[in-house]
Amino acid sequence: MIAQRIEKIGSYTLYYLHDIGRMGLFLFYALLGTFKRPFRFAALVKEIRLIGANSFAVIFFTAAFTGMVLGLQGYYTLRQFGSEGLLGSAVALSLIRELGPVLTALMVTGRAGSAMCAEIGIMRISEQIDALDCMAIDPFRFLITPKLWATIISVPLLTLIFNVVGIYGGYVAGVYILGVNPGAYFTGMEHSVINKDINLGIIKSFAFALIIIWVCAGRGYFVQEIKGAGFGAESVSRVTTQAVVISSISILICDYLITAVLL
Amino acid sequence: MSTSTIKFIDVYKTFARNSSNPQTVLDGVNFELKPGKTTVIAGGSGQGKSVSLKLILGLMKPDSGQILVDGKDVAQMGKKDLKEVRMNFGVLFQGSALFDSLTVYENVALPLQERTKASSDEIRERVTKSLAQFDLAGHEDKYPAQLSGGMKKRVGLARALQLQPKFMLFDEPTTGLDPAKSLEIYRLFYKTQQEFGYTSIIVSHDIPKIFNLADQVIVLHQGKMSVFDSPEEIQWSEDPNIKSFVEMTMGHVYQSHEMERIQ
Ligand SMILES: Nc1ncnc2c1ncn2[C@@H]1O[C@H](COP(=O)(O)OP(=O)(O)OP(=O)(O)O)[C@@H](O)[C@H]1O
Ligand SMILES: [Mg+2]
Repeated sequence: MIAQRIEKIGSYTLYYLHDIGRMGLFLFYALLGTFKRPFRFAALVKEIRLIGANSFAVIFFTAAFTGMVLGLQGYYTLRQFGSEGLLGSAVALSLIRELGPVLTALMVTGRAGSAMCAEIGIMRISEQIDALDCMAIDPFRFLITPKLWATIISVPLLTLIFNVVGIYGGYVAGVYILGVNPGAYFTGMEHSVINKDINLGIIKSFAFALIIIWVCAGRGYFVQEIKGAGFGAESVSRVTTQAVVISSISILICDYLITAVLL
Repeated sequence: MSTSTIKFIDVYKTFARNSSNPQTVLDGVNFELKPGKTTVIAGGSGQGKSVSLKLILGLMKPDSGQILVDGKDVAQMGKKDLKEVRMNFGVLFQGSALFDSLTVYENVALPLQERTKASSDEIRERVTKSLAQFDLAGHEDKYPAQLSGGMKKRVGLARALQLQPKFMLFDEPTTGLDPAKSLEIYRLFYKTQQEFGYTSIIVSHDIPKIFNLADQVIVLHQGKMSVFDSPEEIQWSEDPNIKSFVEMTMGHVYQSHEMERIQ
């Protein structure tokens, strides 16, 4: 009994170490693909369109309503202390430091990360990745690297859009609905948002972008080697779910860590 | 004429080795291809023909034994050397393995775009010509999901032949084609081999017709390969397994054109 249990623990440990190892190599080869010729510029542009531009609507609405909710909530909290004038800074700081990067990353995970994982997973199970290998075309350079850079370019830009739209959402709720002084909304913001806050937001959005592409593309790439995933279409669906969960949780954990270290 | 050859030395491959029900697919296999000639691998379904091709390509590793491609053992190779070796291969997968988000034209053009420095005009000319050869003119803009099974095979063939490789591996090239199309494909094999001098392996169930192309025949049965220098030799075999194979697939008497001439 005990021997069996220990054996099981051992085999799980080995599996997870192996998994971490191959995921590490995956990222390494994906980055290395950047330096291999020919660089697939057209694919990069296409991926930016798929991952970035097509997420615009989702990001816009999420940001607008998040900003408006922040405006409402912030207003009622601040009014208790008679400081409605701080509404602008409260909304802007929450968005720039936390909600902008985190919500953008979560939305992109759900929209583009899952799609990426499923696409690569299907290419794997239908031998398309093997076919690339056999044609001596590096699958990393060909498939993964364009997605990597497209994500790293898109996510920070989407975060920027999120922040701007969110701040105007707060403005709409605060100024038009609740009657906060429009001048005070922006002046307060200018005074309280400092470079450090903006840098924190930027660092987060780059880190989250890396998590999304790494986890989602990586899981898809190894779809056949993941314990308990099953086979065929089912394995792709399970692994996609798994990738979205791992990516989302990692984003939240990473958010905490970056905040704790840098704030 | 090229001098390229592939050699298996004592190759063993077992699936599910650690389970209670291990399955030995290759049980000490030895053979050598004839340079610049065609070897046909025949054998029942599920006997390990596709696995043998994957071993040659380094997509799977044998449990033991050597697989020499031009004298170098692919079983021991790293990623980089494997890529070097694969440069010399053209492969038709059993399931075609077309890139399903690319059109027919893009699929066939891909090896040229990624592996050669040909201009887009040259590529267009070559691809158009070879699509016409495979009777695919007019279907350039279709996606693999919109093709029939036989059409997929032909696109896969056109793609595999683009880079004029030293080795060609065809996994069931004519399964799903009507007899006229099969015959056409066989003529194309003959013609392209005369032209480029590649060494080829054809896995096929199209017995006895495929034997007209064969310079050597390998019958795979229960993990063992029996090598014959001509299709006729098979019929003289004393091995009961081979005898029953011959009777099942070819009937009692089969004679290729040469035999007919001799008699
Ligand atoms: N990845 C794998 N894992 C476990 N078993 C496998 C795997 N690939 C192949 N096999 C097994 O190996 C055996 C040989 O498979 P293979 O695909 O080589 O057959 P085949 O000779 O090509 O048959 P067919 O003529 O039907 O294509 C089969 O019994 C199959 O179940
Ligand atoms: Mg097969």
